[in-house]
Amino acid sequence: MSAIAINPVHRVVRFYEAPIGKKAIMALTGVILFGYVVAHLLGNLQIFGDPDQINKYAAFLHNPANAGLLWVARSALLLAVGLHILASLQLWKLKNDARPVAYVKKDDAAATYASRTMMWSGPIVAAFVIFHVLHLTVGAVVPLQEIAPNEPNVRANVIAGFSNPLISGFYILAIVLLCTHLYHGLWSMFQSLGFSHPRYTPKLKKGAAIFAILIAIGNCSIPIAVMAGLVK
Amino acid sequence: MELNSKSPSGPIETRWERHRFNLKLVNPSNKRKYTIIVVGSGLAGGSAAASLAELGYNVHCFCFQDSPRRAHSIAAQGGINAAKNYHNDGDSIYRLFYDTVKGGDFRARESNVYRLAGISLNIIDQCVAQGVPFAREYSGYLDNRSFGGAQVSRTFYARGQTGQQLLLGAYQALERQIGLGAVKMFPRTEMLDLIVVDGRARGIVTRDLITGKIESHFADAVVLGTGGYGNAYYLSTNAKGCNATAIWRAHKRGALFANPCFTQIHPTCIPVSGEYQSKLTLMSESLRNDGRVWVPAKKGDKRAPSQIPEGERDYFLERKYPSFGNLVPRDVASRNAKAACDEGRGVGETGLAVYLDFRDAIQRLGASVIKERYGNLFDMYNRITGEDPYSQPMRIYPAMHYTMGGLWVDYNLMSNVPGLYVIGEANFTDHGANRLGASALMQGLADGYFVLPNTIGDYLASNKFEKVDASHAAAREAEANVNQITQRLLGAKGKRSVDSYHRELGKIMWEHCGMARNAEGLKQALALIPPLREQYWSDVRVLGTGEDLNQSLEKAGRVADFFELAELICRDALDRNESCGGHFREEYQTPEGEAARDDEHYAYAAAWEFQGVGQPPLLHKEPLTFEYVHPSQRSYK
Amino acid sequence: MRITLHIWRQRNANDAGKMVRYELPNVNHEMSFLEMLDVLNEDLIAKNEEPVAFDHDCREGICGMCGCMVNGMAHGPLPGTTLCQLHMRHFKDGDELYLEPWRAKAFPVVKDLVVDRTAFDRIIAAGGYISVATGSAPDGNAVMVPKEDAERSMDAAACIGCGACVAMCPNAAAALFTGAKIAHLGLLPQGQPERQQRAIAMVAQAKQELFGSCTNMGLCEAVCPKEIKLEVIARMNGDFIRASLSGR
Repeated sequence: MSAIAINPVHRVVRFYEAPIGKKAIMALTGVILFGYVVAHLLGNLQIFGDPDQINKYAAFLHNPANAGLLWVARSALLLAVGLHILASLQLWKLKNDARPVAYVKKDDAAATYASRTMMWSGPIVAAFVIFHVLHLTVGAVVPLQEIAPNEPNVRANVIAGFSNPLISGFYILAIVLLCTHLYHGLWSMFQSLGFSHPRYTPKLKKGAAIFAILIAIGNCSIPIAVMAGLVK
Repeated sequence: MELNSKSPSGPIETRWERHRFNLKLVNPSNKRKYTIIVVGSGLAGGSAAASLAELGYNVHCFCFQDSPRRAHSIAAQGGINAAKNYHNDGDSIYRLFYDTVKGGDFRARESNVYRLAGISLNIIDQCVAQGVPFAREYSGYLDNRSFGGAQVSRTFYARGQTGQQLLLGAYQALERQIGLGAVKMFPRTEMLDLIVVDGRARGIVTRDLITGKIESHFADAVVLGTGGYGNAYYLSTNAKGCNATAIWRAHKRGALFANPCFTQIHPTCIPVSGEYQSKLTLMSESLRNDGRVWVPAKKGDKRAPSQIPEGERDYFLERKYPSFGNLVPRDVASRNAKAACDEGRGVGETGLAVYLDFRDAIQRLGASVIKERYGNLFDMYNRITGEDPYSQPMRIYPAMHYTMGGLWVDYNLMSNVPGLYVIGEANFTDHGANRLGASALMQGLADGYFVLPNTIGDYLASNKFEKVDASHAAAREAEANVNQITQRLLGAKGKRSVDSYHRELGKIMWEHCGMARNAEGLKQALALIPPLREQYWSDVRVLGTGEDLNQSLEKAGRVADFFELAELICRDALDRNESCGGHFREEYQTPEGEAARDDEHYAYAAAWEFQGVGQPPLLHKEPLTFEYVHPSQRSYK
Repeated sequence: MRITLHIWRQRNANDAGKMVRYELPNVNHEMSFLEMLDVLNEDLIAKNEEPVAFDHDCREGICGMCGCMVNGMAHGPLPGTTLCQLHMRHFKDGDELYLEPWRAKAFPVVKDLVVDRTAFDRIIAAGGYISVATGSAPDGNAVMVPKEDAERSMDAAACIGCGACVAMCPNAAAALFTGAKIAHLGLLPQGQPERQQRAIAMVAQAKQELFGSCTNMGLCEAVCPKEIKLEVIARMNGDFIRASLSGR
């Protein structure tokens, strides 16, 4: 054990070099992304409100006066996504290096389905996010309607998109995966950041499950409502 | 040969202090010029290696396991004694000394035992500082319990894993020194011979268990902390790897072997279930605090225990020893269990077991209290036997557990071979003819942490050490000897496996030199063992080569040594015409069936000198004098 | 009962190794798992075939020497049990069992089911101790330890270093092992002075030994024969993060 103080740059490098540092980064970026998922859901749920409520909200976001803030938020998100993915890829490599010879038989049933599928649910959700942005932000999948410049007709675009069962199906699948990812990620980030307690951790796990399910229900309610003709 | 115990004289309270003052010291800056070999990494070896390295010596430590943390000290359950008198219940160093001398049936050296009792205090302090998580009171102070029939609470414990926690403390101290480069560790390396140059121990020959490489290592002193020899009996509570090879081969190089017949049988072990049985599992003797021992009153009663009415049960310990009842000492409880089974009243499929029944305790205290006290042990019993001790009595039987005998050492823990030190269970000193519960851990750590690091310097400072290397004739001869043994074992290409021979030897030993011995049986064993040994060397089948990991070859060498040692155990038992402690000779008992000691003729340590395989060894006697604790008859009626 | 075994046989570290099938027609259900392997080995020796090498020593679940994968589970199917304490009554007549050595870059195979676990010792040597030289300790009761802390420390200290956590972890991480030692010492007042350096040094050593990274799946906890909890990993993470931030 050496107790020599080292300079801050070296310290950051050493922190990130350690697997625990990478996990901490994943947890912290996870918190940001989770916050975004919640905020995004709350914004979207406005579709169930007054017919032009969600469009007003969109117009507010797209207001050129807020463009600076929007891009700050977008950059932060992008950075978080980038770091989250980078760290996960590095950890994935570590995993493969750590066990070069696989077992003939391996029984992982004791781990939750969510934890075993993080490396699948993650990339699929990422692919979906790209599709989702192309679909409803960029308009590369189907042309988007606008009420006026910088005032997208979100309501019409959402209804048009989710009327396509393929798009809705992919959306629902991705949300389910996102929520299993969130379930493991949510309690796991406490663990990665060093919080664990025999009394609270089981409650935390339950809370994470409830939260993930609520988010799934909220998100899935939109395409289902559109297809059922409840949102016109 | 004159055996000089170097025991100090004068008031016993200050003997160790005065002795230490008279020892020569090695200058701190010179310590790193000395190399010390430590063989074994248990409580004794591990603590010695770490402490010697802390002093500045250059230490090389060897163990046959893959890590020093595996040594069998780890399996000790109950606790460690220390005369702290934290309970204000009348304990003192003197009382611990007294109890240990008396418990050892007056066959231990008073000076050594007093020193041990004094050091017991430092051991607890050291282990607490290392982070051993001893049991605590709600106040945060250390908790104690009374153990093994002691009348004071002086046993410190860490759940049922005290040995594990103490060993991990020593192991961590050792790893720290390895990390600092002060100790070079050789795991999976077995000592197979001692190199003696000009009459002094100067090195060892080892086999790397992975590559098979035979190599010599040199040092200025050699320390053996390699444990006991209970596995000579094949079935014992020892780990499968425990062996006597290090001490036996040192014995063959001139070190005297003292009191080999002092072996301890533990009464509460899980009985043998079949021929394939590989070891016996001990359950803490604390179980006897609440369990009642019984067998059916009638011979051959095969009814289930619950079908046997109260009137047809024989609670034999309570019947014969009304005041101590089920809490009689280990040797008494063991012998009586054997006697009941010999009468044909044993229980279970094999008839070699007695019941340990918690029915009454559960009725009196409730299952939850019993679960709190013994839950772990009940779970372990259930795991091994598939039976539930809450609803049916446990079946128990005695098993070979600990060996009080070992290489002879003086007060400095040095054998009669200068430069060869022997510590822990491997030596013979502190427990006499019987070891008390929770005293083995105490002795191992006392030797390793506090005695040896003080005494070894005197030898190093008093001698000049010329350089020795592998070209020396003694080293070449020892290596050739090891190679020859290996080749002989691999070359026998016989019909039977090593284990089959070991099992056969174990049966002879258990039958004729186990809990109760008599001259006729011992003579029979001495007639059976040599031909079996001869057959072993020509008929053993060891497959594979010497250049790989070869577990059969490892075992083969150890069993070869057990054959020779077993003969010595029987010879010593036959020679000691008295009963004392773990050595019970049926011819020598009181009218009540208790051990009858013969202090007039046998108040000595029997130290045997090797004279060649199959040759009668030479007996040397170290007389034992008792100035403080006067010999008396033990009585537990 | 009849048991079919598929066992990984590998002569030494350089050999490729393969699974080999063995039939044991007469297994007694009272046997321990290792006694079944003893019987197999006796049969093999009788047939002039080399016995299967497997590590074992105390056979009472405390030394940590034994262990292999049994049908993809470290130490076999029974929770809280080492391989030596697993008995054949937990299996059925006709069962087919796959026995493989612990697999991890940090645990190279030595022979058959035997692996080299010295990486664990090096993690301890990096900082898994309290630096107290023999003789310098104060009276045992000079340091008070709240009972609950002592109990939790003991829970973590129960680790036997068998390596099942690494073997079972999909990432071959040594987090439960390392965390157990960090928690054991970090929960005691005696362990505080070195707590931060300890976390930094032990975590760095585990990485250097090429263990993987914990992803909080909990398989280690599920197979740990001493039932050590994931909580110890959180403690390690916390200590490491705190130490990194405070600049030690």
